[in-house]
Amino acid sequence: MRKLDLMLRDQALLGVALVSTLALIGASTWLVIDLLVTAWPRLGWHLLWQAPARAGRAGGLSSILVATGAIVAIGLLLAAPLGIAAAVALSEARSRWADVVRTSLDLLAGAPSIVLGLVGLLLFGDLLGLGYSLATGGLTLALMVLPLVIRFAEVGIRSAPAEQRAAAAALALSRWTTLRRIVLPAALPSLAAAITLSIGRALAETAALVFTAGGSDRMPTSWADPGRTLAVHIYDVALNVAGGDASAAAAAVVLLAILLVVQVALIVCLRCGRSR
Amino acid sequence: MRRWPDRLLVLSTRGAAVAAASVLALVLGIVLVGAMPALARGGAGFLTGANWSPTTGSFGAWAMIAGSLATAGLALAIALPIGFGCGLASGWILTGAAASSLRALIMVLAGIPSVVLGLWGLTTLVPLIARWHAPGTSLLAAGLVLALMLVPTIALIVDATLRTVPAEQRVAAAALALGRWSTLRAIAGRACRDSLATGGVLAVARALGETMAVLLVAGNVAALPDGLFSPVRTLTGAMALEMAYATGEHRAALFVLAGIAVALVALVLVLLRASGLRPALGAAHA
Repeated sequence: MRKLDLMLRDQALLGVALVSTLALIGASTWLVIDLLVTAWPRLGWHLLWQAPARAGRAGGLSSILVATGAIVAIGLLLAAPLGIAAAVALSEARSRWADVVRTSLDLLAGAPSIVLGLVGLLLFGDLLGLGYSLATGGLTLALMVLPLVIRFAEVGIRSAPAEQRAAAAALALSRWTTLRRIVLPAALPSLAAAITLSIGRALAETAALVFTAGGSDRMPTSWADPGRTLAVHIYDVALNVAGGDASAAAAAVVLLAILLVVQVALIVCLRCGRSR
Repeated sequence: MRRWPDRLLVLSTRGAAVAAASVLALVLGIVLVGAMPALARGGAGFLTGANWSPTTGSFGAWAMIAGSLATAGLALAIALPIGFGCGLASGWILTGAAASSLRALIMVLAGIPSVVLGLWGLTTLVPLIARWHAPGTSLLAAGLVLALMLVPTIALIVDATLRTVPAEQRVAAAALALGRWSTLRAIAGRACRDSLATGGVLAVARALGETMAVLLVAGNVAALPDGLFSPVRTLTGAMALEMAYATGEHRAALFVLAGIAVALVALVLVLLRASGLRPALGAAHA
Protein backbone atom coordinates (compact mmCIF):
# COMPACT_ATOMS: atom_id res chain seq x y z
CA MET A 1 0.00 0.00 0.00
CA ARG A 2 2.75 2.38 1.02
CA LYS A 3 4.74 1.51 -2.07
CA LEU A 4 1.79 2.35 -4.28
CA ASP A 5 1.40 5.64 -2.47
CA LEU A 6 5.02 6.54 -3.15
CA MET A 7 4.68 5.63 -6.81
CA LEU A 8 1.65 7.87 -7.07
CA ARG A 9 3.63 10.71 -5.54
CA ASP A 10 6.44 10.15 -8.03
CA GLN A 11 3.91 10.44 -10.84
CA ALA A 12 2.33 13.54 -9.29
CA LEU A 13 5.73 15.22 -9.11
CA LEU A 14 6.37 14.53 -12.78
CA GLY A 15 2.84 15.65 -13.55
CA VAL A 16 3.25 19.04 -11.82
CA ALA A 17 6.53 19.67 -13.64
CA LEU A 18 5.12 18.60 -17.00
CA VAL A 19 1.86 20.55 -16.75
CA SER A 20 3.60 23.71 -15.53
CA THR A 21 6.22 23.56 -18.26
CA LEU A 22 3.61 22.99 -20.94
CA ALA A 23 1.53 25.86 -19.53
CA LEU A 24 4.54 28.17 -19.63
CA ILE A 25 5.53 27.16 -23.16
CA GLY A 26 1.91 27.38 -24.29
CA ALA A 27 1.32 30.83 -22.81
CA SER A 28 4.54 32.28 -24.21
CA THR A 29 3.90 30.85 -27.69
CA TRP A 30 0.35 32.17 -27.60
CA LEU A 31 1.57 35.61 -26.54
CA VAL A 32 4.24 35.89 -29.22
CA ILE A 33 2.05 34.60 -32.06
CA ASP A 34 -0.82 36.82 -30.95
CA LEU A 35 1.39 39.91 -30.85
CA LEU A 36 2.87 39.16 -34.27
CA VAL A 37 -0.55 38.56 -35.83
CA THR A 38 -1.99 41.75 -34.34
CA ALA A 39 1.07 43.76 -35.34
CA TRP A 40 1.38 42.28 -38.84
CA PRO A 41 -0.42 45.03 -40.81
CA ARG A 42 1.78 47.69 -39.21
CA LEU A 43 5.15 45.95 -39.29
CA GLY A 44 7.86 47.13 -41.64
CA TRP A 45 11.19 48.95 -41.79
CA HIS A 46 9.34 52.27 -42.10
CA LEU A 47 8.76 52.02 -38.32
CA LEU A 48 12.40 52.89 -37.78
CA TRP A 49 12.61 56.10 -39.80
CA GLN A 50 9.09 57.56 -40.13
CA ALA A 51 7.59 59.89 -37.55
CA PRO A 52 4.41 58.76 -35.81
CA ALA A 53 1.16 60.14 -37.22
CA ARG A 54 -2.44 60.33 -35.99
CA ALA A 55 -1.53 59.68 -32.32
CA GLY A 56 0.41 56.56 -33.28
CA ARG A 57 -2.23 54.92 -35.51
CA ALA A 58 -0.04 55.50 -38.57
CA GLY A 59 3.55 56.32 -39.42
CA GLY A 60 6.59 55.01 -37.63
CA LEU A 61 8.41 55.33 -34.34
CA SER A 62 11.43 57.48 -35.21
CA SER A 63 10.92 60.24 -32.63
CA ILE A 64 10.04 57.65 -29.99
CA LEU A 65 13.20 55.65 -30.66
CA VAL A 66 15.30 58.82 -30.36
CA ALA A 67 13.62 59.77 -27.08
CA THR A 68 14.07 56.23 -25.75
CA GLY A 69 17.77 56.28 -26.59
CA ALA A 70 18.27 59.70 -25.03
CA ILE A 71 16.42 58.94 -21.78
CA VAL A 72 18.16 55.58 -21.29
CA ALA A 73 21.53 57.18 -22.10
CA ILE A 74 21.03 59.99 -19.57
CA GLY A 75 19.93 57.51 -16.91
CA LEU A 76 22.85 55.14 -17.44
CA LEU A 77 25.49 57.90 -17.81
CA LEU A 78 24.47 59.11 -14.35
CA ALA A 79 23.90 55.76 -12.64
CA ALA A 80 26.83 53.76 -14.02
CA PRO A 81 29.80 55.85 -12.76
CA LEU A 82 28.19 56.51 -9.38
CA GLY A 83 27.10 52.88 -9.09
CA ILE A 84 30.47 51.41 -10.00
CA ALA A 85 32.28 53.76 -7.61
CA ALA A 86 29.88 52.75 -4.83
CA ALA A 87 30.39 49.08 -5.70
CA VAL A 88 34.17 49.49 -5.41
CA ALA A 89 33.72 50.84 -1.88
CA LEU A 90 31.19 48.15 -0.91
CA SER A 91 33.30 45.31 -2.28
CA GLU A 92 36.07 46.12 0.19
CA ALA A 93 33.90 46.94 3.17
CA ARG A 94 32.80 44.40 5.74
CA SER A 95 31.63 46.80 8.37
CA ARG A 96 28.25 47.91 9.64
CA TRP A 97 27.96 50.95 7.45
CA ALA A 98 28.23 48.75 4.35
CA ASP A 99 25.30 46.66 5.62
CA VAL A 100 23.26 49.80 6.13
CA VAL A 101 24.11 50.91 2.58
CA ARG A 102 23.14 47.50 1.15
CA THR A 103 19.87 47.35 3.06
CA SER A 104 18.84 50.79 1.92
CA LEU A 105 19.72 49.88 -1.67
CA ASP A 106 17.61 46.69 -1.42
CA LEU A 107 14.67 48.73 -0.19
CA LEU A 108 15.19 51.26 -2.98
CA ALA A 109 15.24 48.40 -5.50
CA GLY A 110 11.93 47.20 -4.07
CA ALA A 111 10.20 50.57 -4.25
CA PRO A 112 7.40 50.54 -6.85
CA SER A 113 8.61 52.33 -9.97
CA ILE A 114 5.50 54.52 -10.09
CA VAL A 115 6.55 55.93 -6.70
CA LEU A 116 9.93 56.83 -8.18
CA GLY A 117 7.98 58.45 -10.99
CA LEU A 118 6.05 60.65 -8.55
CA VAL A 119 9.28 61.50 -6.70
CA GLY A 120 10.97 62.39 -10.00
CA LEU A 121 8.03 64.60 -10.95
CA LEU A 122 8.16 66.52 -7.67
CA LEU A 123 11.95 66.64 -7.24
CA PHE A 124 13.32 67.09 -10.76
CA GLY A 125 10.23 68.37 -12.57
CA ASP A 126 8.92 70.86 -9.98
CA LEU A 127 11.66 71.65 -7.47
CA LEU A 128 14.55 71.69 -9.95
CA GLY A 129 12.32 73.19 -12.61
CA LEU A 130 13.11 70.69 -15.35
CA GLY A 131 9.43 70.10 -16.12
CA TYR A 132 8.40 67.20 -18.34
CA SER A 133 11.65 66.50 -20.16
CA LEU A 134 14.15 63.91 -21.26
CA ALA A 135 16.37 65.12 -18.40
CA THR A 136 13.67 64.54 -15.75
CA GLY A 137 12.96 61.11 -17.19
CA GLY A 138 16.65 60.21 -17.36
CA LEU A 139 17.29 61.35 -13.78
CA THR A 140 14.33 59.31 -12.53
CA LEU A 141 15.58 56.25 -14.41
CA ALA A 142 18.99 56.76 -12.81
CA LEU A 143 17.37 56.50 -9.35
CA MET A 144 15.66 53.31 -10.48
CA VAL A 145 18.63 51.43 -11.94
CA LEU A 146 21.22 52.58 -9.38
CA PRO A 147 20.63 49.66 -6.95
CA LEU A 148 20.73 47.23 -9.87
CA VAL A 149 24.08 48.55 -11.16
CA ILE A 150 25.61 48.46 -7.67
CA ARG A 151 24.37 44.95 -6.85
CA PHE A 152 25.79 43.37 -9.99
CA ALA A 153 28.95 45.48 -10.18
CA GLU A 154 29.79 44.53 -6.60
CA VAL A 155 29.62 40.82 -7.43
CA GLY A 156 31.83 41.36 -10.46
CA ILE A 157 34.41 43.30 -8.47
CA ARG A 158 34.43 40.72 -5.68
CA SER A 159 35.12 38.00 -8.23
CA ALA A 160 38.60 39.41 -8.93
CA PRO A 161 40.97 36.62 -7.82
CA ALA A 162 41.91 36.98 -4.16
CA GLU A 163 45.48 35.75 -4.79
CA GLN A 164 46.11 38.57 -7.22
CA ARG A 165 44.81 41.09 -4.73
CA ALA A 166 46.99 39.57 -2.03
CA ALA A 167 49.99 39.62 -4.37
CA ALA A 168 49.33 43.27 -5.14
CA ALA A 169 49.17 44.04 -1.44
CA ALA A 170 52.42 42.10 -0.87
CA LEU A 171 54.11 44.22 -3.54
CA ALA A 172 52.87 47.30 -1.69
CA LEU A 173 51.05 48.49 -4.78
CA SER A 174 48.82 51.44 -4.11
CA ARG A 175 45.06 50.91 -3.93
CA TRP A 176 44.72 52.99 -7.04
CA THR A 177 47.11 50.80 -9.05
CA THR A 178 45.50 47.61 -7.72
CA LEU A 179 42.09 48.87 -8.74
CA ARG A 180 43.15 50.01 -12.20
CA ARG A 181 45.49 47.18 -13.13
CA ILE A 182 44.00 44.16 -11.37
CA VAL A 183 40.47 44.57 -10.06
CA LEU A 184 38.81 46.53 -12.86
CA PRO A 185 40.23 44.47 -15.76
CA ALA A 186 39.05 41.27 -14.06
CA ALA A 187 35.65 42.76 -13.36
CA LEU A 188 35.17 44.32 -16.78
CA PRO A 189 32.81 41.65 -18.23
CA SER A 190 30.65 41.75 -15.09
CA LEU A 191 30.53 45.53 -15.17
CA ALA A 192 29.46 45.37 -18.81
CA ALA A 193 26.83 42.81 -17.82
CA ALA A 194 25.59 45.05 -14.99
CA ILE A 195 25.18 47.96 -17.39
CA THR A 196 23.52 45.86 -20.10
CA LEU A 197 21.08 44.45 -17.57
CA SER A 198 20.25 47.99 -16.43
CA ILE A 199 19.67 49.08 -20.02
CA GLY A 200 17.22 46.19 -20.45
CA ARG A 201 15.45 47.19 -17.27
CA ALA A 202 15.31 50.84 -18.30
CA LEU A 203 13.90 49.96 -21.74
CA ALA A 204 11.10 47.96 -20.12
CA GLU A 205 10.11 50.73 -17.71
CA THR A 206 6.83 52.57 -18.11
CA ALA A 207 5.50 53.74 -14.77
CA ALA A 208 8.52 55.83 -13.75
CA LEU A 209 8.47 57.75 -17.03
CA VAL A 210 4.82 58.62 -17.67
CA PHE A 211 4.90 61.65 -15.37
CA THR A 212 8.53 62.61 -15.76
CA ALA A 213 9.51 62.44 -19.43
CA GLY A 214 6.09 63.60 -20.61
CA GLY A 215 3.97 62.09 -23.34
CA SER A 216 4.90 64.03 -26.45
CA ASP A 217 5.52 61.96 -29.58
CA ARG A 218 7.29 64.79 -31.42
CA MET A 219 11.00 64.57 -32.21
CA PRO A 220 12.95 65.91 -29.20
CA THR A 221 15.67 68.41 -30.06
CA SER A 222 17.25 68.90 -26.63
CA TRP A 223 17.36 67.36 -23.19
CA ALA A 224 14.79 69.91 -22.04
CA ASP A 225 12.17 68.65 -24.51
CA PRO A 226 9.53 66.11 -23.47
CA GLY A 227 9.54 62.70 -25.12
CA ARG A 228 8.13 59.24 -24.68
CA THR A 229 9.93 55.93 -24.64
CA LEU A 230 8.74 52.87 -26.56
CA ALA A 231 7.23 51.35 -23.42
CA VAL A 232 5.31 54.54 -22.62
CA HIS A 233 4.17 54.69 -26.25
CA ILE A 234 2.78 51.14 -26.06
CA TYR A 235 0.93 51.99 -22.87
CA ASP A 236 -0.49 55.23 -24.21
CA VAL A 237 -1.61 53.79 -27.56
CA ALA A 238 -3.14 50.70 -25.94
CA LEU A 239 -5.06 52.70 -23.33
CA ASN A 240 -5.94 56.00 -24.99
CA VAL A 241 -6.05 55.51 -28.76
CA ALA A 242 -9.13 53.81 -30.20
CA GLY A 243 -8.16 51.39 -32.96
CA GLY A 244 -4.54 51.50 -31.86
CA ASP A 245 -4.12 47.81 -31.09
CA ALA A 246 -2.09 47.01 -34.21
CA SER A 247 0.20 50.01 -33.64
CA ALA A 248 0.70 49.14 -29.98
CA ALA A 249 1.49 45.55 -30.91
CA ALA A 250 3.93 46.71 -33.61
CA ALA A 251 5.72 48.93 -31.08
CA ALA A 252 5.79 45.96 -28.70
CA VAL A 253 7.43 43.81 -31.38
CA VAL A 254 10.08 46.50 -31.94
CA LEU A 255 10.69 46.75 -28.17
CA LEU A 256 10.99 42.97 -27.86
CA ALA A 257 13.46 42.91 -30.77
CA ILE A 258 15.63 45.57 -29.08
CA LEU A 259 15.47 43.70 -25.77
CA LEU A 260 16.50 40.50 -27.54
CA VAL A 261 19.63 42.27 -28.83
CA VAL A 262 20.34 43.51 -25.30
CA GLN A 263 19.87 40.03 -23.88
CA VAL A 264 22.27 38.52 -26.43
CA ALA A 265 24.80 41.21 -25.50
CA LEU A 266 24.32 40.25 -21.85
CA ILE A 267 24.96 36.59 -22.57
CA VAL A 268 28.11 37.49 -24.52
CA CYS A 269 29.32 39.62 -21.57
CA LEU A 270 28.72 36.79 -19.12
CA ARG A 271 30.42 34.22 -21.40
CA CYS A 272 33.49 36.49 -21.64
CA GLY A 273 33.53 36.71 -17.87
CA ARG A 274 33.38 32.96 -17.42
CA SER A 275 36.04 32.06 -19.98
CA ARG A 276 38.68 34.11 -18.16
CA MET B 1 52.86 61.53 0.65
CA ARG B 2 52.75 59.11 -2.28
CA ARG B 3 49.48 57.84 -0.86
CA TRP B 4 47.30 60.84 -1.49
CA PRO B 5 45.64 59.36 -4.63
CA ASP B 6 44.70 56.36 -2.52
CA ARG B 7 43.12 58.45 0.14
CA LEU B 8 41.20 60.33 -2.54
CA LEU B 9 40.09 57.02 -4.06
CA VAL B 10 38.80 55.67 -0.76
CA LEU B 11 37.07 58.93 0.07
CA SER B 12 35.41 59.30 -3.32
CA THR B 13 34.19 55.71 -3.61
CA ARG B 14 32.86 55.73 -0.05
CA GLY B 15 31.25 59.05 -0.82
CA ALA B 16 29.56 57.44 -3.83
CA ALA B 17 28.30 54.57 -1.67
CA VAL B 18 26.87 56.92 0.94
CA ALA B 19 25.31 59.06 -1.80
CA ALA B 20 23.71 55.95 -3.31
CA ALA B 21 22.38 54.87 0.07
CA SER B 22 20.95 58.30 0.79
CA VAL B 23 18.83 58.09 -2.38
CA LEU B 24 16.35 56.00 -0.34
CA ALA B 25 16.16 58.73 2.30
CA LEU B 26 15.71 61.28 -0.47
CA VAL B 27 12.86 59.28 -2.01
CA LEU B 28 11.12 58.83 1.33
CA GLY B 29 11.64 62.50 2.15
CA ILE B 30 10.13 63.65 -1.14
CA VAL B 31 7.14 61.32 -0.68
CA LEU B 32 6.62 62.82 2.77
CA VAL B 33 6.91 66.37 1.42
CA GLY B 34 4.39 65.56 -1.30
CA ALA B 35 2.00 63.95 1.17
CA MET B 36 2.22 66.68 3.82
CA PRO B 37 -0.79 68.78 2.78
CA ALA B 38 -3.05 65.73 2.97
CA LEU B 39 -1.54 64.34 6.17
CA ALA B 40 -1.94 67.70 7.86
CA ARG B 41 -5.66 67.64 7.17
CA GLY B 42 -6.54 64.28 8.69
CA GLY B 43 -4.23 61.33 8.55
CA ALA B 44 -5.98 58.23 9.81
CA GLY B 45 -8.91 58.37 7.40
CA PHE B 46 -6.64 57.09 4.66
CA LEU B 47 -6.25 53.66 6.17
CA THR B 48 -9.80 53.08 7.36
CA GLY B 49 -12.08 54.79 4.88
CA ALA B 50 -13.18 52.88 1.76
CA ASN B 51 -14.64 55.86 -0.02
CA TRP B 52 -12.23 57.38 -2.54
CA SER B 53 -13.84 60.35 -4.23
CA PRO B 54 -11.40 63.17 -4.89
CA THR B 55 -14.14 65.55 -6.07
CA THR B 56 -15.76 65.58 -2.62
CA GLY B 57 -12.44 65.51 -0.80
CA SER B 58 -12.93 62.02 0.60
CA PHE B 59 -9.73 59.98 0.49
CA GLY B 60 -10.25 56.52 1.95
CA ALA B 61 -7.57 54.26 0.52
CA TRP B 62 -8.88 50.97 1.88
CA ALA B 63 -10.49 49.89 -1.41
CA MET B 64 -7.19 50.36 -3.22
CA ILE B 65 -5.17 48.63 -0.50
CA ALA B 66 -7.60 45.70 -0.77
CA GLY B 67 -7.30 45.83 -4.55
CA SER B 68 -3.51 45.64 -4.39
CA LEU B 69 -3.55 42.80 -1.86
CA ALA B 70 -6.22 40.86 -3.77
CA THR B 71 -4.45 41.04 -7.15
CA ALA B 72 -1.09 40.16 -5.58
CA GLY B 73 -2.61 37.27 -3.62
CA LEU B 74 -4.49 35.85 -6.61
CA ALA B 75 -1.41 36.14 -8.84
CA LEU B 76 0.70 34.37 -6.22
CA ALA B 77 -1.84 31.56 -5.85
CA ILE B 78 -1.66 30.94 -9.60
CA ALA B 79 2.06 31.52 -10.08
CA LEU B 80 3.48 29.64 -7.10
CA PRO B 81 2.59 26.07 -8.18
CA ILE B 82 3.33 26.73 -11.85
CA GLY B 83 6.60 28.49 -11.08
CA PHE B 84 7.60 25.65 -8.78
CA GLY B 85 6.76 23.09 -11.47
CA CYS B 86 8.84 24.91 -14.08
CA GLY B 87 11.78 25.33 -11.71
CA LEU B 88 11.51 21.66 -10.78
CA ALA B 89 11.55 20.70 -14.46
CA SER B 90 14.55 22.85 -15.42
CA GLY B 91 16.58 22.45 -12.24
CA TRP B 92 15.87 18.87 -11.16
CA ILE B 93 14.09 16.60 -13.63
CA LEU B 94 15.52 17.64 -16.99
CA THR B 95 19.23 17.51 -17.74
CA GLY B 96 21.60 18.76 -20.41
CA ALA B 97 20.28 20.66 -23.40
CA ALA B 98 16.61 20.23 -22.47
CA ALA B 99 17.21 21.84 -19.08
CA SER B 100 19.23 24.72 -20.45
CA SER B 101 16.77 25.49 -23.23
CA LEU B 102 13.86 25.52 -20.77
CA ARG B 103 15.92 27.80 -18.53
CA ALA B 104 16.66 30.08 -21.48
CA LEU B 105 12.93 30.25 -22.29
CA ILE B 106 12.11 31.17 -18.70
CA MET B 107 14.76 33.90 -18.75
CA VAL B 108 13.41 35.31 -22.01
CA LEU B 109 9.93 35.35 -20.51
CA ALA B 110 11.28 37.07 -17.39
CA GLY B 111 12.65 39.80 -19.64
CA ILE B 112 9.35 40.67 -21.35
CA PRO B 113 8.35 44.19 -20.29
CA SER B 114 5.25 44.24 -18.12
CA VAL B 115 3.56 46.74 -20.42
CA VAL B 116 3.75 44.17 -23.24
CA LEU B 117 2.12 41.56 -21.01
CA GLY B 118 -0.54 44.13 -20.14
CA LEU B 119 -1.15 44.89 -23.81
CA TRP B 120 -1.58 41.19 -24.54
CA GLY B 121 -3.91 40.84 -21.57
CA LEU B 122 -5.98 43.76 -22.81
CA THR B 123 -6.28 42.58 -26.42
CA THR B 124 -6.61 38.82 -25.81
CA LEU B 125 -7.38 37.86 -22.23
CA VAL B 126 -9.94 40.54 -21.43
CA PRO B 127 -12.20 39.78 -24.44
CA LEU B 128 -12.03 36.07 -23.52
CA ILE B 129 -13.10 36.74 -19.96
CA ALA B 130 -15.76 39.18 -21.16
CA ARG B 131 -17.39 36.40 -23.19
CA TRP B 132 -17.75 34.48 -19.97
CA HIS B 133 -18.60 37.35 -17.66
CA ALA B 134 -18.71 41.03 -18.76
CA PRO B 135 -16.92 43.43 -18.71
CA GLY B 136 -13.75 41.35 -18.70
CA THR B 137 -11.46 43.93 -17.12
CA SER B 138 -11.36 42.42 -13.66
CA LEU B 139 -9.49 41.07 -10.68
CA LEU B 140 -9.19 37.79 -12.58
CA ALA B 141 -7.57 39.39 -15.64
CA ALA B 142 -5.15 41.34 -13.43
CA GLY B 143 -4.28 38.19 -11.47
CA LEU B 144 -3.61 36.20 -14.64
CA VAL B 145 -1.42 38.85 -16.27
CA LEU B 146 0.51 39.33 -13.02
CA ALA B 147 0.89 35.56 -12.65
CA LEU B 148 2.46 35.39 -16.11
CA MET B 149 4.94 37.96 -14.87
CA LEU B 150 5.67 36.13 -11.60
CA VAL B 151 6.05 32.56 -12.89
CA PRO B 152 9.54 33.19 -14.36
CA THR B 153 10.69 34.97 -11.20
CA ILE B 154 9.65 32.05 -8.99
CA ALA B 155 10.86 29.41 -11.46
CA LEU B 156 14.33 30.94 -11.71
CA ILE B 157 14.72 31.02 -7.91
CA VAL B 158 13.54 27.40 -7.51
CA ASP B 159 15.80 26.34 -10.38
CA ALA B 160 18.86 28.11 -8.95
CA THR B 161 18.28 26.68 -5.48
CA LEU B 162 17.71 23.10 -6.66
CA ARG B 163 20.87 23.20 -8.74
CA THR B 164 22.94 23.85 -5.62
CA VAL B 165 22.13 20.35 -4.31
CA PRO B 166 25.36 18.32 -4.72
CA ALA B 167 25.24 15.73 -7.50
CA GLU B 168 26.77 13.05 -5.21
CA GLN B 169 23.68 13.15 -3.02
CA ARG B 170 21.49 12.43 -6.02
CA VAL B 171 23.76 9.57 -7.03
CA ALA B 172 23.56 8.20 -3.49
CA ALA B 173 19.77 8.47 -3.56
CA ALA B 174 19.69 6.64 -6.90
CA ALA B 175 21.96 3.93 -5.43
CA LEU B 176 19.41 3.46 -2.66
CA ALA B 177 16.74 3.06 -5.36
CA LEU B 178 14.73 5.96 -3.95
CA GLY B 179 11.92 7.21 -6.16
CA ARG B 180 11.66 10.77 -7.43
CA TRP B 181 9.46 11.91 -4.59
CA SER B 182 11.56 10.34 -1.85
CA THR B 183 14.78 11.67 -3.39
CA LEU B 184 13.46 15.19 -3.64
CA ARG B 185 12.11 15.07 -0.10
CA ALA B 186 15.21 13.56 1.40
CA ILE B 187 17.92 15.70 -0.13
CA ALA B 188 16.16 18.81 -1.44
CA GLY B 189 13.22 19.25 0.91
CA ARG B 190 14.80 22.22 2.57
CA ALA B 191 15.89 23.74 -0.74
CA CYS B 192 12.31 23.46 -2.04
CA ARG B 193 10.83 25.05 1.05
CA ASP B 194 13.34 27.90 1.16
CA SER B 195 13.12 28.68 -2.52
CA LEU B 196 9.32 28.69 -2.45
CA ALA B 197 9.32 31.05 0.53
CA THR B 198 11.92 33.36 -1.00
CA GLY B 199 10.38 33.26 -4.46
CA GLY B 200 6.91 33.81 -3.07
CA VAL B 201 7.91 36.80 -0.99
CA LEU B 202 9.87 38.46 -3.79
CA ALA B 203 6.98 37.78 -6.17
CA VAL B 204 4.53 39.48 -3.81
CA ALA B 205 6.85 42.48 -3.51
CA ARG B 206 7.01 42.66 -7.27
CA ALA B 207 3.27 42.23 -7.69
CA LEU B 208 2.52 45.03 -5.24
CA GLY B 209 4.84 47.36 -7.13
CA GLU B 210 3.62 46.55 -10.62
CA THR B 211 1.62 49.32 -12.22
CA MET B 212 1.00 49.35 -15.94
CA ALA B 213 0.30 45.69 -16.69
CA VAL B 214 -2.37 45.66 -13.99
CA LEU B 215 -3.74 49.07 -14.87
CA LEU B 216 -4.43 48.01 -18.46
CA VAL B 217 -6.59 45.02 -17.50
CA ALA B 218 -7.98 45.63 -14.00
CA GLY B 219 -10.90 47.94 -14.79
CA ASN B 220 -9.79 50.43 -12.14
CA VAL B 221 -13.00 50.98 -10.18
CA ALA B 222 -12.13 52.31 -6.73
CA ALA B 223 -14.45 50.03 -4.77
CA LEU B 224 -13.93 46.94 -2.64
CA PRO B 225 -13.80 43.93 -4.99
CA ASP B 226 -16.61 41.43 -4.35
CA GLY B 227 -15.55 38.61 -6.64
CA LEU B 228 -13.16 37.44 -9.32
CA PHE B 229 -15.02 39.31 -12.06
CA SER B 230 -15.33 42.66 -10.36
CA PRO B 231 -13.03 45.45 -11.54
CA VAL B 232 -10.37 46.55 -9.05
CA ARG B 233 -8.09 49.51 -8.65
CA THR B 234 -4.66 49.06 -7.12
CA LEU B 235 -2.64 51.63 -5.16
CA THR B 236 -0.12 51.92 -7.98
CA GLY B 237 -2.88 52.06 -10.59
CA ALA B 238 -4.56 54.96 -8.79
CA MET B 239 -1.31 56.92 -8.77
CA ALA B 240 -0.72 56.32 -12.48
CA LEU B 241 -4.29 57.18 -13.49
CA GLU B 242 -4.90 60.26 -11.40
CA MET B 243 -1.52 61.97 -11.23
CA ALA B 244 -2.07 63.33 -14.73
CA TYR B 245 -4.77 65.71 -13.56
CA ALA B 246 -4.60 65.75 -9.76
CA THR B 247 -3.98 69.06 -8.02
CA GLY B 248 -3.87 70.35 -4.46
CA GLU B 249 -5.08 67.99 -1.79
CA HIS B 250 -5.89 65.27 -4.32
CA ARG B 251 -2.29 65.26 -5.49
CA ALA B 252 -1.07 65.12 -1.90
CA ALA B 253 -3.40 62.16 -1.31
CA LEU B 254 -1.70 60.32 -4.18
CA PHE B 255 1.62 60.83 -2.42
CA VAL B 256 0.04 59.23 0.67
CA LEU B 257 -0.82 56.24 -1.53
CA ALA B 258 2.82 56.19 -2.64
CA GLY B 259 3.88 56.04 0.99
CA ILE B 260 1.45 53.19 1.70
CA ALA B 261 2.71 51.23 -1.33
CA VAL B 262 6.36 51.68 -0.28
CA ALA B 263 5.49 50.64 3.28
CA LEU B 264 3.71 47.47 2.08
CA VAL B 265 6.65 46.40 -0.09
CA ALA B 266 9.19 47.28 2.61
CA LEU B 267 7.20 45.25 5.14
CA VAL B 268 7.27 42.21 2.85
CA LEU B 269 11.03 42.55 2.25
CA VAL B 270 11.77 43.07 5.95
CA LEU B 271 9.78 39.92 6.75
CA LEU B 272 11.95 38.03 4.27
CA ARG B 273 15.11 39.41 5.87
CA ALA B 274 13.86 38.58 9.36
CA SER B 275 13.04 35.00 8.38
CA GLY B 276 16.75 34.50 7.71
CA LEU B 277 16.34 33.41 4.08
CA ARG B 278 18.99 34.81 1.78
CA PRO B 279 17.58 35.37 -1.68
CA ALA B 280 19.80 34.25 -4.54
CA LEU B 281 21.69 37.26 -5.80
CA GLY B 282 19.80 39.50 -8.12
CA ALA B 283 16.61 37.57 -7.59
CA ALA B 284 14.91 40.71 -6.37
CA HIS B 285 15.55 42.25 -9.74
CA ALA B 286 14.89 39.24 -11.92
